[in-house]
Amino acid sequence: MSEARIDVQVEHKHAPPVNQRKHPNTCPKCGSHYRDDELQAALWVCGHCGHHFPMRARARIDWYADPGSFVEEAADVRSEDPLDFFDLRPYAERLAEAELNTGLGEAAIIGQATIDGHPVELLVMDFTFMGGSMGSAVGEKFSRACDSAIDRGVPLVSVTSSGGARMQEGILSLMQLPKTVCAVEDLHDAHIPMFTVMAHPTTAGVLASFASLGDVTIAEPGALIAFTGPRVVQQTTREKLPEDFGLAEQNLRFGHLDAIVPRPEQRQHLVKLLRLFA
Amino acid sequence: MTERDQELNLRRRLSGLSRLPLLRGTRVEGEAERLEKQLERLKADTSDEAVWRSVELARHPDRPYTMDYVARFIDDWVELHGDRGRADDGALVTGLGSLDGRTIVLIGHQKGRDVKERLDRQFGMAYPEGYGKAMRVMEIAERFGFPVISLVDTPGAYPGVAAEQHGQGGAIARSQAEMARLTVPTVACIIGEGGSGGAVAIAVSDRVLMQENAIYSVITPEGCAAILWRDAGEAKKAAAAFKPDALHCLELGVIDGVVAEPAGGAQSDHDEAARLLRAALVECLEELEDTPGEELRRRRRAKFRGMGVFA
Repeated sequence: MSEARIDVQVEHKHAPPVNQRKHPNTCPKCGSHYRDDELQAALWVCGHCGHHFPMRARARIDWYADPGSFVEEAADVRSEDPLDFFDLRPYAERLAEAELNTGLGEAAIIGQATIDGHPVELLVMDFTFMGGSMGSAVGEKFSRACDSAIDRGVPLVSVTSSGGARMQEGILSLMQLPKTVCAVEDLHDAHIPMFTVMAHPTTAGVLASFASLGDVTIAEPGALIAFTGPRVVQQTTREKLPEDFGLAEQNLRFGHLDAIVPRPEQRQHLVKLLRLFA
Repeated sequence: MTERDQELNLRRRLSGLSRLPLLRGTRVEGEAERLEKQLERLKADTSDEAVWRSVELARHPDRPYTMDYVARFIDDWVELHGDRGRADDGALVTGLGSLDGRTIVLIGHQKGRDVKERLDRQFGMAYPEGYGKAMRVMEIAERFGFPVISLVDTPGAYPGVAAEQHGQGGAIARSQAEMARLTVPTVACIIGEGGSGGAVAIAVSDRVLMQENAIYSVITPEGCAAILWRDAGEAKKAAAAFKPDALHCLELGVIDGVVAEPAGGAQSDHDEAARLLRAALVECLEELEDTPGEELRRRRRAKFRGMGVFA
C-alpha cells in the first residue's frame, strides 16, 4: 500500500498562506469569487452562501430609489476640526483622504426620493468613509433629514452602517447622540414614521442613538449590531462569547429587531411598510 | 505648532470663553472672588498636563460619589430599586427626595468605595436594566411634575455579554429619548467621569453642569489611545488630543456651566464640594421653574439639536 500513496503535500507547496488577505470580491465565508459586474447584479450578496458584502451608499440609493427620483440635500455639509485633533496623523488630513478615496463629502448621504412611487426622505450611511463614524456633519445631516421629512410629511428611511461616534471630534461627537435623538423625537411628535435598516456594522454611538429609535427596525443577515463589539467585550470582561455574539441573528432572538431581511427582499419590504403607513 | 500658533490658539479660546453668558452654577453668593481666581487659573493653565490632572482627579478614589452628595443635601431620601422587569442595577441609583424644599427625582451613577461594593456596583458601569430603572423614575417625575436631577459618574456603560443581549445600545437611546420628552425641569451635573453613551443616557438635560475637575468624553483616554495610537499606554496623549476637561467642554458649548470644587479637588473636602454643588443645582432649578413644560422641552431639544461644529 505504501508505494501507492500519493504525496498530496506536493500539490499544496505553492498554495497561498491561510491568513492571506482576501480580494474584496472574494466571499470571506465560502471563498467564492466574483467579477465586479456579477457582484453588482447580485446587490453584493454572495450567490453561493448568502454572505452580504458591504454596499456603498450611492449604490444602495440607486437601488432603493425610483430611477431619477433622488435629489440630494445638504451635500455641502462637511466636517470641521474644532479640536485641531492629531493622533498619528491630523484629523483634517484623514478627512481629506476619506473624501478623495470615497468620492463622498461625509459618511452619510441624505435626500428626497420616491420608492415605488411613495415619496420618502432617505439617509444612507457609507462605512468606507472613516468607518461610517458619526461626527458633527453626520449628526447635522440626520437632523436635517428629519426636518425635511417633517416639512414634506413623508416617512424617513435610514440605513445605518457605522462604527460609532467619531473620536476625532471628541465630546462633540458624543453630543451627536442626544442631537439625533432629539431630532427623532421631533419626528415622532409630527407623526412621521421612521424605518431603519441596520447594515453591517451598526455599533456604539449610532446604535445608542437614532438607529435604535425607528418605528420599524430591520437588519441585514450577519450584520454586527452591538453597543460594544466582541473584541472589546472579550478584552474587558474575559467572558466566553456565544457563537453569534452581537450579530443580527442574536439581536432578533433577544427582541431588539423586528426582522432580518436579506438585501434582495429589502426594497419590497420597505414598499409594503410605506403602503401600510401611507 | 509654533509658539506663536499656540498663543493665537489660546487667545481665540479665551475670547470665546469671555463671550459665554456664564459661568452659571458658580455664580453664588461669596463665590465671586473664588470664581475670579479659578478663571485666572484656568486661563493660565490649559496645558496637556492640566487636562491629565482633571482625568486623575475625576477618577480619584476619594472623590465624593452620588450617595455622598445625597447624604449631604437631599432630605427625606427614598431610594427606588429595580427596573420592574429583570433586575436592580447598583451602578445606577434612583430615588425621590427633597432639595431646598421641593420634591425631586434623582438619578445617579454610583461607583462604590471598597472592593466588594465596587464589584457589586460594577464600578459604576450600568446595564440596560439601570437605564430601564432611570426611565421608570423619569416617568414618575413627569407624572407628578418633579424636577429630575442627574449626577453622572461612570467610565461608560457596562461592556459585557449579558448587557449586549439585554439591549445596551437601545436602552441608552431610549433613555435619552425619554429625557427629550420630559416637560419637567432637568439638571445634570458630571461629578466625576462622564464616560460616553453611558453618561449621556442620563444627561439630556435643560442645564448640564460639570464640576471643575470632572471629565466628559466620547471614549476613555485608554480606549482612544488603544484605537488611534494602537497603545493604551498613550492615554495621556489621547486625553490631550480630545480634551475632556470642563473648560474645553464649556468652550465647545456642550455644557452650560462649571461648578467650583474645594481647593485641590472635591476629594479634599466632601462637605464643601456638596455645598457648592447644591447651590449650583438649586440655582439652575430656580431659573427653570417658571418656564412652562412645553417650552422647556422645546428649548431643550433645540439646544441639543444645535450642537456640533461643521462647515
